[in-house]
Amino acid sequence: MAKGMREIKRSIKSKQNTKQITKAMEMVAASRLRRAQEAAVAARPYTDKMKEVVSSIASASGGSKHPMLQSRPVKKTAYLVITSDRGLAGGYNANILRKVMQTIKEKHNSKDEYAVFVIGRKGRDFFARRDIPIVDEVTGLADSPKFSDIKDIAAKAVQGFEAGTYDEIHLAYNEFKNAVTQIPTLKQLLPLGEMKAGGDKADYEYEPSAEEVLNVLLPKYAETLVFSAVLEGKASEFGARMTAMGNATKNATKMIADLTLVYNRARQAAITQEIAEIVGGANAQQ
Amino acid sequence: MSTFRLEIVTPEHKVYEKDVNMVVVKGVSGELGIMPNHIPLVTPLKVAPVKAKIGNDNEFIAVHGGFMEVRKDKVVILAEAAELGNDIDVSRARLAKERAERRLAQKQADMNAQRAELALRRAIARLETVDDMK
Repeated sequence: MAKGMREIKRSIKSKQNTKQITKAMEMVAASRLRRAQEAAVAARPYTDKMKEVVSSIASASGGSKHPMLQSRPVKKTAYLVITSDRGLAGGYNANILRKVMQTIKEKHNSKDEYAVFVIGRKGRDFFARRDIPIVDEVTGLADSPKFSDIKDIAAKAVQGFEAGTYDEIHLAYNEFKNAVTQIPTLKQLLPLGEMKAGGDKADYEYEPSAEEVLNVLLPKYAETLVFSAVLEGKASEFGARMTAMGNATKNATKMIADLTLVYNRARQAAITQEIAEIVGGANAQQ
Repeated sequence: MSTFRLEIVTPEHKVYEKDVNMVVVKGVSGELGIMPNHIPLVTPLKVAPVKAKIGNDNEFIAVHGGFMEVRKDKVVILAEAAELGNDIDVSRARLAKERAERRLAQKQADMNAQRAELALRRAIARLETVDDMK
């Protein structure tokens, strides 16, 4: 066997190994994606109900004067960025981080004007490298996160808003369209802005009073929004990883096919050469 | 006896969904008993057991905060966490209670004290729920 052939063979083998890994990762991501989607769907009734009640109170009573509904002059903005712990998910992290960086560059002149809450190791490392003030972080989130996992960071951000530390809170996450498409989204979390009552209007009694119910509900509602963004982010992460790994597997297959062709050609050339040598040797003896 | 539908929903899943005759909860301003055809009402809840009456049976659910929405034929309790009485791990709740009490006794920074107090209230609610079932 010629030397070139051995190298090609080794290269094929290594691509096959890689392909095996990416294929496995693709399938794992696919099954987790399904579970993440189910979790996102399971959380929906809670969010919907919360929204319904909050908006019916806010629109019915004079509750719309609540500080969490009214915008005020913005001196400091907080960004709550949701990323993943691990890479190999295509542009999942890069897209959302780029979007956040762009916004920060456009809107702010100095570091005093913004702060970042970050979920996920990738995002934390990214901001830490760039010396961006990180207020709080959550890493090592499970594949199906529990509300209690993110409750602290969400509550901290919301309390920061209530206390007047931040005048705006933006939520940055990947919106899940489908397994191939995730849209990096920057959404205003607080102030909540105008709330409109849904079609289903019920005149509630409030115990003890409308304002007090609103005081309790609005922070909870904001936290719930964060939680559903986290769930959606998880679904997006697995979708992105599935697609990325699917592409990697496809590329590996193509490379293996190309290399096999080169290998066979080299093998044939070697055989032809050998025959030619034998024939040449035989002819010389005649 | 007339019934209404009681639902207890957390961000993760629906914990409870049954037709009941009456539900007794602890609201922020006191205990409330809700029977069918109650006037629509919204109230925040304390961390406490919720009692659901079905016929002559009582079912208990530990509800950790949240709030309750009452309609004519339906009551929805939205809570950050809730457990059916049967699912509660008594020894774990007891341990959590002791731990929280210890932390409170030490009087650390405000944030920690707040968290310990919440943990204590949750643990007590769990234990009460289990006690009520007996």
